[in-house]
Amino acid sequence: MEMRKVISVIVLNEHGVLTRITGLFAARGYNIESLTVAPIPNSKYSRLTIVTNGSPRVIEQIIKQLHKLIPVYKVIEHSELVEKEMVLAKIPLEERLADVEALCRAYNGNIVNIGVDSAIIMAADEPNRIANFINALKRFNPKEIVRSGVVAIER
Amino acid sequence: MAKMSGAQMVVEAMREEGVEVVFGYPGGAIMNVYDEIYKHRYFEHILTRHEQAAVHAADGYARATGKVGVAFVTSGPGFTNAVTGLATAYMDSIPIVVISGQVPLSMIGTDAFQEIDAVGISRPCTKHNFLVKSAKELPRILAEAFYLARTGRPGPVHVDIPKDVTAEIAEFDYPKEIKLETYKPTIKGNARQIKKAVEAIAEAKKPVFYLGGGIIHSNSSDLIRELVHATQIPAVETLMARGVLRYDDPLLLGMVGMHGSYAANMAMSEADLLIALGPRFDDRVTGKLSEFAKYAKIIHVDIDPSSIGKLVHVDYPIVGDLKYVLSELVPQAKEKVDPSRYEAWREILKRYEELHPLTYEDSNEVLKPEWVIERVGQKLMGKARISTDVGQHQMWAAQFYPFTRPREFITSGGLGTMGFGFPAAMGVKKGVPEEISVNISGDGSILMNIQELMTAVEYRLPVINIILNNNYLGMVRQWQTFFYDKRYAETDLSMQPDFVKLAESFGGVGYRVKTKEEFDKALDDAISKGVVALIDVVIDRYENVLPMVPAGGSLYNMLLEYKD
Repeated sequence: MEMRKVISVIVLNEHGVLTRITGLFAARGYNIESLTVAPIPNSKYSRLTIVTNGSPRVIEQIIKQLHKLIPVYKVIEHSELVEKEMVLAKIPLEERLADVEALCRAYNGNIVNIGVDSAIIMAADEPNRIANFINALKRFNPKEIVRSGVVAIER
Repeated sequence: MAKMSGAQMVVEAMREEGVEVVFGYPGGAIMNVYDEIYKHRYFEHILTRHEQAAVHAADGYARATGKVGVAFVTSGPGFTNAVTGLATAYMDSIPIVVISGQVPLSMIGTDAFQEIDAVGISRPCTKHNFLVKSAKELPRILAEAFYLARTGRPGPVHVDIPKDVTAEIAEFDYPKEIKLETYKPTIKGNARQIKKAVEAIAEAKKPVFYLGGGIIHSNSSDLIRELVHATQIPAVETLMARGVLRYDDPLLLGMVGMHGSYAANMAMSEADLLIALGPRFDDRVTGKLSEFAKYAKIIHVDIDPSSIGKLVHVDYPIVGDLKYVLSELVPQAKEKVDPSRYEAWREILKRYEELHPLTYEDSNEVLKPEWVIERVGQKLMGKARISTDVGQHQMWAAQFYPFTRPREFITSGGLGTMGFGFPAAMGVKKGVPEEISVNISGDGSILMNIQELMTAVEYRLPVINIILNNNYLGMVRQWQTFFYDKRYAETDLSMQPDFVKLAESFGGVGYRVKTKEEFDKALDDAISKGVVALIDVVIDRYENVLPMVPAGGSLYNMLLEYKD
């Protein structure tokens, strides 16, 4: 029985630490659906948010194996969480920007920049709503779509 | 605090850690360190003739003594040669520290001469590794490397030091105590879980002790012997746990797994409770997982939480250092467990032992490898350390040698590294010089680190190599016989050197024996002379290791005999 799982990993912010994490996933055949990483303000640690999937036994192993890495301080296995993902997209200026803007607003977003031939828009919402947003965006002929991957925090 | 170069820090750190011996091989990137070794004779340096052998020797030293083994190698090919050694130690949780030279920091990433991404390569086969970026951090990193190697679940640690860092001058401030915020192994087991485990033992009808290598690493064999005798519960040993119980202990059913004894494998298959103390449920032990111990509840004690529940469901998980867990568990078990409870179970297992004892058919025409092992045991029991290479000879040694103590049997279990035995036996001799160091090998394995004859002769490390020579890559040949319809693809090794002349050319002593009398004479001679020896023993070409559980088969379905 496959399940989707969001895991946060607090790691020492040192040389090669990301390779240790991704290497572990690769070596043991675990999946990474998305991975985000950034330093934690005013500390020597970074926080990774990993979205993965697997059977309960695999998920348990992933968590234990992550714990085993020496620079890993903490592994947070989320159950009650708030998840957000951000998306940036380029829309041609010929499209109806008023409609685009209305769509963005519905997904906590906005038009963030207007260039010579395209507008850059953003939205930030739950991952499944971001999927809907991208779907809805299609009729405005987006030239490029960039997703950030998931960040999560325990409720 | 004194100012000194990074190279000097390396040798000073060895002094701080009480390192007696380093196995190594110099080269361009690590020359500054070797220059310091030349100036300060703080420890003995053994120049092996290949970097792989240096790491295996450090590994053998660690296995025999329980101390951290150390090896030095240079960058590039020096390091890549050492990788098999690291992986071997990693799979068997052996504490070693390997220090490699690296090209100068400014040249890293330029494909410089003898440059390789060493930490990139060693990452998946070490417990941890470091690339040192400045001499300032070198003392801390070296202290952490030793600390990580020996604590928690032990393992190899690799430190990669660029050449300019070994030349850089900085303060040498060696930490007296290591505290790592991100690394805190669980030592004491959960008291409630221990209590529940004892209750499960007291209520079981058919319990069996499943003893693993963790017992040896944690030095808890004495507690295990006390526990087994107090409860009168039968026990099986994995390959890595040979010697935890004495070979003649009435409660020892023998080795378990692919080449385990009939009684040991049947005990696992029919038990209602497995008391797993420091094993890791390796596939060579469990066979087909869905059939493994399927009537049993499982207690599993291990220092590594990721070992518990990795392959089988565990009913009573206990994370902790076995020694601490047992110091809690043994007194409780003595109080609550009634040994007479398992009498019927012991009776059943005794029948199994009588039904299919571990045995072989001896011959007067040709030497049987099992006889050779038994003979070595008769002569050296309790006063020698037995290293092995990998293959049939390794299994015969594990089955037929009379082990009396932990750290007596030195073998590459997890990785199964041919070429391990001879260099490991040199490390063993260095660590335990008062005992005889024997390497039981095969005609395939011995050639995989034969150059170490030179090291052993030079440093007077009188390893007695016993080659069980069947002119075959025997274990693979056995599988070809059983499962590949006797298509012996590339396993015929009848093209061989003259091992006697080979040994002599290096300054050792060689023997070629074909009879029991000749073998006795050769072994006695090698022992009395105290020299580096190769005893080339011509054995039955087609002898098989039995019993055998075919890979992926169930433990209770053993091949007990093979008739052509």
